[in-house]
Amino acid sequence: MGHSVKRKEDARFLHGKGNYVDDVKLPGMLSMVMVRSPYAYAKIKSINKEKALAIPGVLAVITGYDLAEYNLHWMPTLLSDTQMVLPTDTVMHQSQEVCAVIATDRYIAVDGAEAVEVDYEPMQAIVDPFKALDKDAPLLRPDKEGQKDNQIYHWERGDRAKTDDVIAKADVVVKERIYLPRIHVASIETCGCVASYDKDTQKMLVYMTSQAPHAIRTILALVAGHVGLSEEKIRIISPDIGGGFGGKVPVYPGYVVAIAASFLIGKPVKWIEDRSENLVNGFARDYHMDCELAATKDGKIQAFKVKTLADHGYTDSSANPSKYPTGMFSICTGSYDYEHAFAELDAVYTNKAPGGVAYRCSFRVTEAVHAIERMVDKLAAKIDKDPALLRLENFIKKDQFPYASPLGWSYDSGDYEATLHKAMEMIGYDDYKKEQVEKRKQGKLMGIGICTFTEVVGAGPSKDFDILGIAMFDSAEIRVHPTGKVLARFGTKSQGQGHETTYAQIVAEELGIPYDQVEVEEGDTDTAPYGLGTYGSRSTPTGAAAAAMAARKLCDKGKKIAAYLLEVSEEDIEWEVGKYFIKGAPEKCKTIQDIAFAAYTNFPLGMEPGFEATHYYDPPNMTFPNGAYICVVEVEKETGQIDVKRFVAIDDCGNIINPMIVEGQVHGGLTQGIAPAMYEGIEYDDEGNVLNGTLMDYLVPTAVESPHWETGHTITPSPHHPLGAKGVAESPTVGAPPAIANAIIDALAPLGIKHLDIPITPAKVWEAIQAHSKIE
Amino acid sequence: MKHKITLKINGESVTALVDSRLLLVHFIRENLDLTGTHIGCDTSNCGACTILLDGKSVKSCTYLAVRADGAEITTIEGIAAEGTNHPLQKAFHDQHGLHCGFCTPGMIMRSIDLLKNNPNPTEEEIRWGISGNLCRCTGYNNIVKSVKQAAEELQKESV
Amino acid sequence: MITPYINTYKIMIPSNFIYHKATSVKDAIALSQTHGEEAKFMSGGHSLLPMMKLRFATPEHIIDISKIDGLSYIKEDGDFLKIGALTTQSEMEHSSKIKENYPIFSDAIKLTADPSVRNVGTIGGNIAHGDAANDQPALMLAMRAIIIAEGVDGRRSIPIDEFFQGFYMTALEPTDVLVEIQIPKSKKGSGGAYHKVERKVGDYATAGVAVYLQLDNNGVCQEIGIGLTNVSAVPMRLERGEELLKGKKITEDLIEQVGVVASEDCEPTSDLRGSEAYKRSIVNTITKRMLHAALERAKK
Repeated sequence: MGHSVKRKEDARFLHGKGNYVDDVKLPGMLSMVMVRSPYAYAKIKSINKEKALAIPGVLAVITGYDLAEYNLHWMPTLLSDTQMVLPTDTVMHQSQEVCAVIATDRYIAVDGAEAVEVDYEPMQAIVDPFKALDKDAPLLRPDKEGQKDNQIYHWERGDRAKTDDVIAKADVVVKERIYLPRIHVASIETCGCVASYDKDTQKMLVYMTSQAPHAIRTILALVAGHVGLSEEKIRIISPDIGGGFGGKVPVYPGYVVAIAASFLIGKPVKWIEDRSENLVNGFARDYHMDCELAATKDGKIQAFKVKTLADHGYTDSSANPSKYPTGMFSICTGSYDYEHAFAELDAVYTNKAPGGVAYRCSFRVTEAVHAIERMVDKLAAKIDKDPALLRLENFIKKDQFPYASPLGWSYDSGDYEATLHKAMEMIGYDDYKKEQVEKRKQGKLMGIGICTFTEVVGAGPSKDFDILGIAMFDSAEIRVHPTGKVLARFGTKSQGQGHETTYAQIVAEELGIPYDQVEVEEGDTDTAPYGLGTYGSRSTPTGAAAAAMAARKLCDKGKKIAAYLLEVSEEDIEWEVGKYFIKGAPEKCKTIQDIAFAAYTNFPLGMEPGFEATHYYDPPNMTFPNGAYICVVEVEKETGQIDVKRFVAIDDCGNIINPMIVEGQVHGGLTQGIAPAMYEGIEYDDEGNVLNGTLMDYLVPTAVESPHWETGHTITPSPHHPLGAKGVAESPTVGAPPAIANAIIDALAPLGIKHLDIPITPAKVWEAIQAHSKIE
Repeated sequence: MKHKITLKINGESVTALVDSRLLLVHFIRENLDLTGTHIGCDTSNCGACTILLDGKSVKSCTYLAVRADGAEITTIEGIAAEGTNHPLQKAFHDQHGLHCGFCTPGMIMRSIDLLKNNPNPTEEEIRWGISGNLCRCTGYNNIVKSVKQAAEELQKESV
Repeated sequence: MITPYINTYKIMIPSNFIYHKATSVKDAIALSQTHGEEAKFMSGGHSLLPMMKLRFATPEHIIDISKIDGLSYIKEDGDFLKIGALTTQSEMEHSSKIKENYPIFSDAIKLTADPSVRNVGTIGGNIAHGDAANDQPALMLAMRAIIIAEGVDGRRSIPIDEFFQGFYMTALEPTDVLVEIQIPKSKKGSGGAYHKVERKVGDYATAGVAVYLQLDNNGVCQEIGIGLTNVSAVPMRLERGEELLKGKKITEDLIEQVGVVASEDCEPTSDLRGSEAYKRSIVNTITKRMLHAALERAKK
């Protein structure tokens, strides 16, 4: 552990021998293409399959009516809502699946899709979530029993009365409506599957781009059990996955249709999303947050209040643990020590793609942190205090951990002051502050932005966390062969995070078997132990912990075998990584390899042979990584162009398994953080048309937009995790957008601009500058 | 309507009958079973499909297979002999220039052309040079380092 | 170019068509005559094929002219720089003659699409499309290019001012092949520059400005051309701005005035790249910067 071991999995990717879902080819495989709605809200009057079926090679056109015969046209979502697999009368968002064409190859399937004739009767879509709650707004979900309006649920946490009281009496209150628009994970590999039903064995094999294959298997068994797909007959294989980021957690209708098609036809069916389908069929974020932060005149924070309107599209298909419809949003109180807070949220239906996906945010932590960090900067500006100083004065102190946050989290550990000081030192904060004074005298717009965040990851302890009822533990099964080599299988699923290397490192660390003799496998539900998959930075908090615990079980068994072989009692055996020896006589030892062999050949009477251990790890708590990010920008007044001059990210993710991989995760997350800060945002017009649904206009950063990131660490181990590690991959997507937004807004402060919503583009900056110069 | 095409793929001559509208990326992935070249978008933006055609990096999703008649194509599978590594493959491994690996073949093929035209690029030149290849995982820092290491390696080799 | 809504069920496969490989310009013209309206020429294909993949264009015949010999060259001949229409953007990018003597092309090409697209995209294709969002038309207008087309009646020269006629419409007949571009040869006192503001690298222009000018020995501006990118339906010249500068010594004050004229005369529309007001402001700023840059190069 702690070593920058190069990745074991690289070879196949570098040689073009990765096995992604679109690479899977099975004999007799058919191709499936979706026909999708051009309208955001429309009645379907008829679907005419005739012309499509007349094309040679088109075998079937599956509609909602076909699925309705098997009661498969609707499916449950993870949050107890329902979602159409295929519609029977109404489409609810642009690009919704309408029917599926099955053909002998992809080209013919596309011709078939074009030939399907759908008669739509468009209706006025509801696009504005605030208007969705108007008294005269049409009821979008009449299919839901008891649904009287477009509100999905109301959620609140904290003490409203007390918080209101504190705010009313406070010296200083800053208020703002902060909007985080829809964005998309846009992993370079889109979603897809190959479903293959064998009518003889009655087994359904599905290769799927899934971050959580076991959960998918169980959900499919629950959804389609009534047609004969029972769980032991379903095998999900998540092969190599080209990026997940949360976008490959949901059960997309395309998967269900492909599975149904294969079930009915008895042949393999491949469905791969195109990019322009991918970008408009899911989303993350879309929170309108009305925030209030109250403080003393010296800037001591006293209370925080936030009221959110959450736009979920036409159904709540968010991927959240079921008791947490708003994810971990209640961590919005941030890294600061104060008592009073109140958060409430109303979720609404609109005619947009359903969701949201938990995009590298650990379930709404991006929204929570953006809110508090923008408000802290607003407070600093209002009382004219240095934003770093304001934070240092308000931080939870090192000796206050475990810290009970105002809205009920127990933060495990952290040294926020050290982390921020390190960031300030690394970037040269004081020098930049001086430079800013000079530049402002010259009329130049230079900004410095800080974000100090506390994240909550590692879902999660079974008493609080479940996905559709399934507890969110994770698992490791370690099998040591007679020759001392290892096969380790996990319930998590890497989509690029390097598990084949990091898990091997942990086994090596615990057992002393070289990491290159440890084979790591994930993703095949027939062989891997049950787990909830990889997202929410949970693999290290749960999967790695399970690995450590399983390894320690092996270690304990090994001790008994060592005692037997060395003919002493167990109390006389000591363990030093890789070998057991007699206390006081270290030359009398047995290596772990000796023990492994003995476990199969020469073990104590009555002992179970073999050398294998499985552990299902139920984490006792979440983990709380934190960080301090500082960004320096220059803005050009004439054009609004923004130049990110420096960005320093100091992360504290506890003990580090592989520094090289952690650094790589931070780089990647930072680029996915500057993306929504300055470039990405899904835009709609009044009719619900998506205006930027291709990569031409959905602006994923290239190597040119992505700055040269500077990174560093502080280390405050997690007290409850077996390895002291916390998980890191989502911290940068959480921390970067507020740091960048704060920097740009700071740059514009001399012009009187106090807030801008992300993405902050040059056009937006220019408009703000014009608007403010008119005020003067 | 089918056309007969003859071309070289990774040094081997191939003859095939293809539809007018067959895209080169599908010819490579489906007809030739070389699935190392990937598809990531439908508007020629992402670069995951990048190959070398007559030595130049080309987005194979925006090229008709029929037009590749007579061409010499190199894909990721063909840049190094079996069991060896091209300096770029070694560098991406050494510098952790890949996570999920999906953009990697395209990134490497593009980098071969980049380094051919500019054997000693600065960081900025590398970033502009790979601006047609998107990566969502790595944040690009280590891809730049990988290309730099490969540049040094290739310059040593050529001496 | 107006960014279209994507009809969401059309996926990255073109509809069926018949492919023809033209072996010569005459062959291409004959094929075009035979197949009429439903035939389109394809050179680099990086404008046409993307549109076909989204099924916005569904020609029944594609005449591939990319393999015609002898249409790829960069040479100075008499008073002109002559560029073969099939010269790729990449070949222009790496040509030392272009880099040294016609750096305005380097400015534009560096900002056009990305290196792999430039390996295939041709200069001729970038112009023949008639798209005001492409970068080359503004350069052609600024440099007073002459377009050489070959059609059923042989070769003819089309002055650039007659070339762009409407939205995606040029003076080219369906049976015309654009074969060559002629630019007045650079000489002492000539200088040009191009820049476009874009939302990210490789994007079409939010607004772009090409300036090409010729100073005499006394520093008086004898020739001036200003072309604008993506701020009108048809590639446009800033005639009023040119008139302010022609025959004069270019001063700071005049540059300011031309910037204002540019912002007034362009016709941008509000879209995903920004509001009309924002684009007009960009045109003003970039026109001034390009005038400065062109002047500096002219004085070398």
